[in-house]
Amino acid sequence: MKSQSSRQFISKAFLYSILVIATLLSIFPFYWMFVMATNTNEVINRIPPAILPGKELVANFTKVLNTIDFFGAMWNTFIVASITTIGVLILSSLAGFAFAKLHFKGKNALFVMILVTMIIPPQLGLIPQYIIISKLNWLSDFKAIIVPGLIDAFGIFWMRQYISSNVPDELIEAAKIDGCSIFRVYWNITVPIIIPAFATLAIIKFMYVWNDFLWPLVVLRDEESQTIQVALRGLIDNYVRDNGMILSGTFWATVPLVIIFLLFNRLFISSLTEGAVK
Amino acid sequence: MTGVNTEKASLKKNPLGTKRSFTEKKKEALAGYLYISPFFILFAIFGLFPILFSFYLGFHKWNGFGEMEYVGFKNFNLILSDPLFWKSLSNTMIMWILGTLPQLLIGIILAYALNAAIIKYKSIFRVSVFMPYVTSTVAVAIVFGIMFNDQPFGLFNIIIGWFGMDPINWTTSDWGLKIAISTMVFWRWVGYNTIIYLAGLQAIPSELYEAATIDGASTRQKIQYITIPMLKPIIILTVFTSTIGALQLFTEPLIMVGRTYREEGLTVVLYLYREAFNNMAFGTASATAIILFLIIVVLSSINVFIANRIGK
Repeated sequence: MKSQSSRQFISKAFLYSILVIATLLSIFPFYWMFVMATNTNEVINRIPPAILPGKELVANFTKVLNTIDFFGAMWNTFIVASITTIGVLILSSLAGFAFAKLHFKGKNALFVMILVTMIIPPQLGLIPQYIIISKLNWLSDFKAIIVPGLIDAFGIFWMRQYISSNVPDELIEAAKIDGCSIFRVYWNITVPIIIPAFATLAIIKFMYVWNDFLWPLVVLRDEESQTIQVALRGLIDNYVRDNGMILSGTFWATVPLVIIFLLFNRLFISSLTEGAVK
Repeated sequence: MTGVNTEKASLKKNPLGTKRSFTEKKKEALAGYLYISPFFILFAIFGLFPILFSFYLGFHKWNGFGEMEYVGFKNFNLILSDPLFWKSLSNTMIMWILGTLPQLLIGIILAYALNAAIIKYKSIFRVSVFMPYVTSTVAVAIVFGIMFNDQPFGLFNIIIGWFGMDPINWTTSDWGLKIAISTMVFWRWVGYNTIIYLAGLQAIPSELYEAATIDGASTRQKIQYITIPMLKPIIILTVFTSTIGALQLFTEPLIMVGRTYREEGLTVVLYLYREAFNNMAFGTASATAIILFLIIVVLSSINVFIANRIGK
């Protein structure tokens, strides 16, 4: 008995130490970012370096504001991510509803076509996409991000799966017999049931647009239209590298998503696992 | 299946109203096509057409403004004889292995620890391990870029100094850059894969373990004969997605090497980006995109092939 309990203690200690190390390594860069963001460059570039927060929080952030249009870029990102997310929620739920509950010819083949588009690497069409956007005169226009961003095969797939397993056919048939139009079956019956699916998809999409870099870098040319990720790159492009300033901007650009994540972490984590495991 | 059932049901309920149900069916089909049409219209414009146009451009010489000139396979020859392209390809492959393999391995170990019955405070561990994934790639690249400073006061140089090693020029040496970029990829993605594996572990029915315990199986045997086989589909999925992701590596090297496009950190997508938006060579850039696509197709097929072999 004794040897078994001591063996259990060892494995418990082993598992805990793995998890504690992983946690520290995961959290440390956030802490380090904050320490650097509150110290002067001289303190940062010294051996041993600062390990505690300093007093330059405001000074460093003021330098960020002098280098890039931080709040403008944050606002741009918020607007673009919100509109894209709302658009994707509407379009994906409508299409998912159609694939799950409506009868029309070629439905399955069309659904498979949508799934196939998911495996195409996005870079394949990058250059013509850029040319189309410039021909439409959408360079440096939010439409360049929002309109192509509405194409979301995963969203349709996700909504179809959720609607077919959570909205009973009987409910839809009953509503049809009562004379409900198809749009009202969607709007008054399906939408209230699939609110959790909306929340999940909203989180995935919002985070994706917020963090996206390559496409905004290509199409948002003017400084006034840049999203925060593109603007952050402007911080490191200077000849004189002020690491305190750079990490201050990076830290404050990261904070909003981290807060949203900490508030809704269950939803976040389940949304991504359900998406992947399904 | 449900389509057949409801059709029968409506016929039974409404045997006289065949004409009415016909127009209703038509209405329903129309609504169906209407609701799915935005995807297909948008995809035709911003997805399908660009892809076809990429294949067209791959065989032309064009700087974005003047006339397009048909050049046959010349673009492909140019790229395939460019040592820089091969350098970018080998860089991508090396970073794929350096960043992806440890990520999946450590992910499984962490998921196993998180799933162990004797562990408390699971949600705290889970949240903190997952947090890097919420951070944007740009932010991760900037933060790690500063940690991998070439100077002696760079964080990683201080750390290796504890082990008696000399400072490394992370941003200018071949292996230094690869290790730095792989580290940031690893840090951002390991938690994501952990959570995916954890979901897979939780889906394994506990009866299997209970039966094995009754039969006197050791922990090692349980892992070998229950956990790993049951987790196989998820492992295949993560190998698949992380391979595709690794081949598209762009943001981290761009932030690390800046506008110099140093060849030590060049990846295939960065090569493509440089051809298109620095050299205004849209033809060769498109040819690069096509080659990348073919590489992804080949590697994915190998993945599927191996997965099927192991599955048997």
